[in-house]
Amino acid sequence: MFDTLIIMLDATLRVSTPLILAALAGLYAERSGIVDIGLEGKILGSAFAAAAGAAVFGSAWIGLACGVLASIVLALIHGFACITHRGDHIVSGVAINTIVAGLTVTLGLDWFGMGGQTPTLSGDQRFTEITLPFADALRDVPVIGQIYSNLLSGHNIIVYLAFLMVPATYWIIYKTRFGLRLRAVGENPHAVDTAGISVAWIRYRALIVCGILCGIAGAYLSTAHNAGFLKDMSAGKGYMALAALIFGKWRPVPVLFACLLFGFLDAVAVRLQGVVIPGMGEVPVQLIEVLPYVLTVLLLAGFIGKAVAPKAVGRPYVKERA
Amino acid sequence: MSQAKVPVWVNVGLIPFINIVLAFLVSGLVFVAIGQNPIEAAGYLVYGAFGYDEGVGYTLYYATNFIFTGLAVSIAFKAGLFNIGGEGQAYIGGLGVGLVCLSLDHSMPFIVIMPLAIIAAALFGAAWAYVPAYLQAKRGSHIVITTIMFNFIASSLMVYLMVNWLKEKSGMAPNSRTFEENAWMPYLHNMLSPLGIDIGDSPLNGAFILALICCVLVWALIWHTRWGYQLRTLGTNPTAAKYAGIDTAKVTIWVMLISGGLAGFVGINEIMGVNHSLLLNFTAGYGFAGIAVSLMGRNHPIGIVLAAVLFGALYQGGAELAFEIPTITPEVVVVIQGLVILFSGALEHMFKGRIEGFFIRRAAAQEK
Repeated sequence: MFDTLIIMLDATLRVSTPLILAALAGLYAERSGIVDIGLEGKILGSAFAAAAGAAVFGSAWIGLACGVLASIVLALIHGFACITHRGDHIVSGVAINTIVAGLTVTLGLDWFGMGGQTPTLSGDQRFTEITLPFADALRDVPVIGQIYSNLLSGHNIIVYLAFLMVPATYWIIYKTRFGLRLRAVGENPHAVDTAGISVAWIRYRALIVCGILCGIAGAYLSTAHNAGFLKDMSAGKGYMALAALIFGKWRPVPVLFACLLFGFLDAVAVRLQGVVIPGMGEVPVQLIEVLPYVLTVLLLAGFIGKAVAPKAVGRPYVKERA
Repeated sequence: MSQAKVPVWVNVGLIPFINIVLAFLVSGLVFVAIGQNPIEAAGYLVYGAFGYDEGVGYTLYYATNFIFTGLAVSIAFKAGLFNIGGEGQAYIGGLGVGLVCLSLDHSMPFIVIMPLAIIAAALFGAAWAYVPAYLQAKRGSHIVITTIMFNFIASSLMVYLMVNWLKEKSGMAPNSRTFEENAWMPYLHNMLSPLGIDIGDSPLNGAFILALICCVLVWALIWHTRWGYQLRTLGTNPTAAKYAGIDTAKVTIWVMLISGGLAGFVGINEIMGVNHSLLLNFTAGYGFAGIAVSLMGRNHPIGIVLAAVLFGALYQGGAELAFEIPTITPEVVVVIQGLVILFSGALEHMFKGRIEGFFIRRAAAQEK
């Protein structure tokens, strides 16, 4: 029983990692007042670029750089549409998701000729598991040893990075000048403008951070969690991250727990696939898979707490002119 | 106002046209990037879509789906609502159609099944839009997020229903049994052949006629009823609508019900018209494509029909293109679709100011 729990929690960490990165990415964007439903597209674009880069240059790190770069470019397109040209944030996000969904397969077929996939990655082309110090020695210690050696140790570096990003984001958002301005721009851009700070520049910087984090999430999918790029491999993770962001009420630590909850539900659904409970029949795994979305709707409806979005989110800022 | 000096054709015709041209130019660059001649590719595309009878039939068959989802998105847009849940509403609408066909095809004639299936498509689609609409109207939950969530819920629900209840017992694939032929929407080529008209075999079916009827009804509803006026007022200025005594919550809910119902009609075309059985993932992104269609069609039924035909041509031509040049995937059409959303949606203001400024200055110069 305890072993099963460890295995499930271990799976939870792996599944939650891209959610955490993408949800934090969304946090920067939305806290600055930019709605970003393009998380999905950025993850997918980065997953492709990372796998392509890793395959061509033979290094997971170069792949990661390619992924992050691709994701930043997409984030800047979003910024160009939403900030510079005051376009609709949702429409721009949909556009980016659609373009990426088509472009990854189109380019993939042209570059690698494998039906839109990238070659299977191996060795240095992937991020491999890290064994934490003393993990092997402590393996036999009851409970603590299992938690340390089997649950906490043996992940790739991006998993640890994702969890480190949570306190880092907390610190940036709540303890730095940039964070204060970022939050202010999302609540009351006029006040920020009056203080002589460029609303557009703050929002662009928020989107660049958003791009970096989505880029890491995408690289994780194709070069760490899997060994190569597959068509539509982001499979709704960007939207689920968005749900987690709302579920965590746009705050870093609750967002982390929302991601872990959603990841855990996913791990449970995979685990219970085809399991028959006596008297009840086969477990309807779809029911578990759908819980993150149902919970988010319930939260939005105000049945479990209240989700209050940043006040200026989704509204283009028009500088007043005399 | 200076706005009045900009000729109408500039806003209705010129600016949208420039945006579309830009989208296609960038699409051309994508072809160049993968080492293809964009002109040659466009040639295959146009030939595949319009060059022969079957091609035209396929184009219009795809266009049927785009008309439904395009209308669905645009009527919500008109009321200032963004219904991004067309995909889920179409999916559940198709479920309604499938349930009617599966339960009645042994006992009822087509003339009974057809209206019931149409009603079921609308009811199921509308029901799927109702919860997000209610939450937006009464509890202030953002409709974009809730409709996205409902897309995923619809997808899980369909997998559950298909795998556990509706799957044909003998088969492995999660498909229902094939309907009896009296529950098939007749193909247009079968309807026209007794009249001596030969249009070539294609999946184009009676749902296309339903789509055109919907266009007329939506047009009449939005521009020629008191209720449509309320809807447009809500979309233009919600505060004014409220002060004018319009029950904005009620209008919001009704608009979304109609929007969901329209999206549900995709089920008539796909389930009753072409697949003749209930299956997974038949919506294939048509709901999202509706956003592009509605943006390109400027939220007007005539524009939507034109944009739907264009997207139908892209889908059909894209398949032809991929057949002629194996190094191109049909997915390239999705890129073009995305670029259209980007340039005629998100970046619609990019040239607006400059072009309008040009005409305002010209008008001012003429006055002197």
